[in-house]
Amino acid sequence: MIGKYALRFAALGYLAVLLVAPVGFVFWKTFEHGVGPAWDAVTTADALHALKVTLILTAIAVPANTIFGVLCALAIVRHRYPGAGIVNAVVDLPLALSPVVAGVALLLLYGRGGWLGGHGIVFALPGMALATIFVSLPFVVREVVPVLREIGTEQEQAAATLGASALQTFRRVTWPAIRWAVAYGVVLTTARALGEFGAVSVVSGRLAGQTESLTLYIQDRYVSFDTTGAYAAAVLLALLAVATLLLMTQLKPKEGTQ
Amino acid sequence: MIQARGIVKRFGNFTALDGVSVDVPTGSLTALLGPSGSGKSTLLRVIAGLEHPDKGEVLLDGEDVTRRPPQSRGVGFVFQHYAAFKHMTVWDNVAFGLTIRRRPRGEIKERVSELLDLVQLTGLSKRYPAQLSGGQRQRMGLARALAVDPKVLLLDEPFGALDARVRKELRLWLRRLHDETHTTTVIVTHDQEEAMEVADRVVVMHAGHIEQTAPPRELYDHPANEFVMSFVGPVNRLGDAFIRPHDVELLLEPNGSTQEAMVQRLVHLGFEVRVELVRDDGETLSAQLTREQVESLELRDGQIVYVRPTRQTVFTD
Repeated sequence: MIGKYALRFAALGYLAVLLVAPVGFVFWKTFEHGVGPAWDAVTTADALHALKVTLILTAIAVPANTIFGVLCALAIVRHRYPGAGIVNAVVDLPLALSPVVAGVALLLLYGRGGWLGGHGIVFALPGMALATIFVSLPFVVREVVPVLREIGTEQEQAAATLGASALQTFRRVTWPAIRWAVAYGVVLTTARALGEFGAVSVVSGRLAGQTESLTLYIQDRYVSFDTTGAYAAAVLLALLAVATLLLMTQLKPKEGTQ
Repeated sequence: MIQARGIVKRFGNFTALDGVSVDVPTGSLTALLGPSGSGKSTLLRVIAGLEHPDKGEVLLDGEDVTRRPPQSRGVGFVFQHYAAFKHMTVWDNVAFGLTIRRRPRGEIKERVSELLDLVQLTGLSKRYPAQLSGGQRQRMGLARALAVDPKVLLLDEPFGALDARVRKELRLWLRRLHDETHTTTVIVTHDQEEAMEVADRVVVMHAGHIEQTAPPRELYDHPANEFVMSFVGPVNRLGDAFIRPHDVELLLEPNGSTQEAMVQRLVHLGFEVRVELVRDDGETLSAQLTREQVESLELRDGQIVYVRPTRQTVFTD
């Protein structure tokens, strides 16, 4: 009995000290003087633009990585070819690599003097989109691969013997089996894309009102001693993240329907 | 009619099929019988188009289908582990092939309810596969395969995952179904009893080759070689001779042609009794007797008896 309570206390205490307290503190500081100042701080032209940039980046990265992620997972699990193991390992690179390194790499490739430089990619939205796609790439793949492995190929083979084309088999047999994994992957990708800082920071050039995403804007406000602006924008970002998580709990299949 | 000609299939260094040729006559129920790794499932999957042979060709009703995908071969396939579409109801599973073919709704409805009736799942049409027993799932798998009126029905160890009682029931049911529909059927099994009971022709496979093709009775009475002899039923070996346990006679007194043996164990199997014996040279053999015979001989463990084969087979290479 004591052990059970001790475990619970330790787990909840850990969460409270390391997660809830800092985030809660930001909320408290933001609304210290009421909703008014916070509202004003997040409705400035630069803040709204930063929000728009973040939403655009997410709207590009999430569909791109979802489509790529499903195809990549199918390639890893369903096809045997030399190098499949390498593909599987490379997909994890963005998880292992610091986002700053990813940013610098993109800068080298697309920046002035780079192999593919001089097309208005860096210090502009395309470069920031590339950076966001880079860091949020593995999540859909990682969610879908184990599910594909688990369902195996027999259902797909059965569909083939019953006359279904590859596309029909995917739509009617494979997709229904992996859709919850895809949904979960999309949520993780979204959360990662919304919160990306390091890689985007390197390639953006950080021009306020032009190439500033919400995370860059928060830091910019903070180092400019505009703590109200920084906290308010931070709360906005946190609310977006919480909304994503809530959406996920809504999406999760109800027990017993599967 | 299914014809496979000179099929070779390798998986890496392993040769699953080493030049196999087999004909399955239209309307027959043929069993591919063999131990695991003999290539029987691979042969079935080659016929279905689920595996591509490295060499050889497959003909269905005289037409070369070797290069055709499974979709256009007109085969029904039943999997050992059912391969049920988990997120679809029983009804939708059975209707799948017809829905894919965009048949009129009325026709689908009629055909599916007819099939569910045939496989005795009518009341369960709204259930999901997870809510069915193994036997029910496999009956659903059969209905699903039959829905598209396949030219041939291929069953890959269909009852292998079921318990013994359900397996026997479904076996008889499959035989009756075949007697009604006469769909050309191939069933893969490693269970000789199942093959003998359900099929009218048995193809015995071993290590990627066909050892013998014959009706069950002929296979049992005239096995082509040692492998078939020992695979289709229990067998004793005495020197070069092979003797079925029911062809071993036990006597209480020696006569000129008998050998001495000791009763090691009596195994009562209902009507039959298996007598396990050990000869004075240490070789073991078993005899199959009726209960009455055992009672009239008053056999006990440790008793000395005299054995004589009433029928034996010697293979000359």
